[in-house]
Amino acid sequence: MKDLSMHIMDIVQNSVRAKAANVELSIVIEEQWLTISVKDDGTGMDEETLKSVSDPFYTSRTTRKVGMGIPLILQNAELTDGQMTLESKIGEGTILTAKFGRLHIDRPPMGDLASTAAMMMTGNDGVNLQFEVKRGEDEFAISTNEVKEVMGDVDIRLPKVTSFLKEMIEENLKELKIEFD
Amino acid sequence: MSKVKSLADLRKMREELQTKVSLREKSDNPEKMVQVKVSMATCGIASGAKEVMNHMIEEMDRQAIDAIVTQTGCMGYCHAEPTIEVTLPGNDPVVFGHVDNKKADEIIEKYVIRGELVDGIIPVNYETVKENKNE
Repeated sequence: MKDLSMHIMDIVQNSVRAKAANVELSIVIEEQWLTISVKDDGTGMDEETLKSVSDPFYTSRTTRKVGMGIPLILQNAELTDGQMTLESKIGEGTILTAKFGRLHIDRPPMGDLASTAAMMMTGNDGVNLQFEVKRGEDEFAISTNEVKEVMGDVDIRLPKVTSFLKEMIEENLKELKIEFD
Repeated sequence: MSKVKSLADLRKMREELQTKVSLREKSDNPEKMVQVKVSMATCGIASGAKEVMNHMIEEMDRQAIDAIVTQTGCMGYCHAEPTIEVTLPGNDPVVFGHVDNKKADEIIEKYVIRGELVDGIIPVNYETVKENKNE
C-alpha cells in the first residue's frame, strides 16, 4: 500500500463485508502519533479468527487464498514504532486501531484522504460511515446519514454528490490547517 | 477568505439536481442508469482501484453522464486488478480487467457512451479459486 488512505479504504471495506450498518472512521493527529481507528457494528470475530487475521495466508474469502489487508497495515504501523490492535466480539462488531509514528521516516503519506472518504461515504450501499478528523480542539466530522438527509430523494451515489463531498472535505480540512505530511 | 463548502451548499446542489427531470425519474429506477462497480479489496486497492474510481467519478461528473459508481469486494480476478463491472441499462454486466485511468477513459468513451466493446473484458465463465463466488 502506497499511502494511508489505501489502508483506510481497505479496512473500511472489511467492515462493509462484515455486514456493518454503521462504521466510525476516526483519524487523530497528535504531536508524535497519527492514529486511525475503524469501529463497526458488523458480525465480529471469535477469538480464534482474531488470532488468524494477521496471518497473510488466512482469509474468510473463497475467491482467493491470501488475506493481506491486516498484515500490511500491521507491518506499516510497526515499521513506524507504532502498533495495531484489534478488538472484536461476535454479534457486536470490531474495532481496529492503527497507531503510526507521525514523524517517523517510514510513515507512508496520507494520500488523498478527501476523495477516499467521499468515495467510501457514497460508494457503499446501506452503510452509514461516520468520518472524523481530530487534532486537539480542531475537529471535522461528517456522516453518510447527514448527506442522505440533505439529499432526500436524490441518489447520493451520483458522481456529482461524490465530487461535492470530496471538495467539501478538502476545504474543511484546509480551513482547519490540517495537513498530514 | 473564500467560503468553505458546507451541507447547506449540498442542499442547494440537490435543488439544482432535482430540477433535472430526467435525473429524478432515473433516481427512482437506478436500473435505468449506468452502473459501475469498482472491485475494492486489498488486491484492487494495492493496484490502484481507488485512483481509478476517483477518475471515473470525475469524468462521469465532467461529462454529465447519469451513472452510479459504487464499490464492491474482490471478484476473484486478483491477477487482473483493478477490475470494474459496468452495467449499461438493459444489458448484462461486463467486467473489465487491468483498468487504469487511460483504460477507464476508453471504457467511458466507447462502451458507456457508444456501446462498443473494448479490449480487456474478463469472460463470465472465468473460474475463480473455488468457483463459488462470495459477495
